[in-house]
Amino acid sequence: MSRILVTEERCKGCLLCTTVCPVSIIRQSERINQQGYKVAEVGADDMGKCTGCTSCATICPDMAIEVWRSKKQKKVA
Amino acid sequence: MAKAKTAPKAAPAATAAAKKTAARKAAAPKTAAQKAAGQKAAGQKTAGDEELVFTRPDSLVDRATHYCPGCHHGIAHRMVAELLDEMDLAGRTVAASSIGCSVFLYNYIKADTVESPHGRAPAVATGIKRARPDKFVFTYQGDGDLASIGMAEIMHAANRGERITVVFVNNTVYGMTGGQMAPTTLIGQKTTTCPGGRCKDNEGSPIRMAEIISQLGGTAFCARGSLDSVKNIRQAKKYMRQAFEAQTKGLGFGFVELLSGCPTNWRLSPVAANKRITDEMIPYFPLGVYKELEGDGTCGSLIAPGTASGGAGEGK
Repeated sequence: MSRILVTEERCKGCLLCTTVCPVSIIRQSERINQQGYKVAEVGADDMGKCTGCTSCATICPDMAIEVWRSKKQKKVA
Repeated sequence: MAKAKTAPKAAPAATAAAKKTAARKAAAPKTAAQKAAGQKAAGQKTAGDEELVFTRPDSLVDRATHYCPGCHHGIAHRMVAELLDEMDLAGRTVAASSIGCSVFLYNYIKADTVESPHGRAPAVATGIKRARPDKFVFTYQGDGDLASIGMAEIMHAANRGERITVVFVNNTVYGMTGGQMAPTTLIGQKTTTCPGGRCKDNEGSPIRMAEIISQLGGTAFCARGSLDSVKNIRQAKKYMRQAFEAQTKGLGFGFVELLSGCPTNWRLSPVAANKRITDEMIPYFPLGVYKELEGDGTCGSLIAPGTASGGAGEGK
């Protein structure tokens, strides 16, 4: 399963990531980080929809998103 | 099967890293052990059945930037750092940074950096490159720096064909000093020094730098990209790579202009600022490659791709 990891102390709440997610699972949370920004998050129910496309991390100006992608299952003979 | 497959290293240090995981808000329904494995495995980029496909490049310092939310400098910094890593330039790069919001470039990119006077980064870079031709030298400048006070330096550095690369971030305002009108400010755009909107009769038209630089003799590569969408960012990185290669191959001056946003001084939200780039800036500042020369780096060998070989000129 692919997933993203938001470094909340780096997020500035610009929400550019929410505009580029192809499955629209990133949203603004109600949590406020130390700098006072409402950070981006992916709901616990939605993370399974993540495709690992890296669009959100590409447009994030603050390197707040890491992307993990599940490896393709190799057929074992 | 004789071949032993490399078994994915299970993280034995899961307990140590579990604290870190607990500190973060666990939004993902992953188990703590799996997340901790991911944290620990950042160096090796694989953990179990997962692969780290996007993380901070080594040349980018792990530090919060001073930029406003939605500022595209962060993206441009990351692109530079990624290319320094990918092209194996990290250990032999000298940067010349500018005056503007990008003045703290040395805080974010792991390269030796010379802080240039306003607009003079190409002149400083010329000196660095001529003294140390083995180094990779790039400048990182904004539009208030490069297109205004630094116009003479950039024009002549490009015309001389200095083997340097210029990263030009165009956000149409003087960002650091509070949003004054820059040479690239669009017609009708309101800034603190043209509160009624830029008027063509009074202040002239926005300068298109990429077009100007592409006409100069020493330029080997010149392009304009944009940082407003994922597609454009990926394309801009390709342009930047070509601009870097113009120097590493010894062809000549490399120039890449990046259209970027300044939500604070445009008085827009970051999302609206990106839309403004798409709707207003790109039509006036068309994206694309404006000049691309090939050659072997020797005097007079540069030609435009597709033109007949044997010509000593520089194409068109």
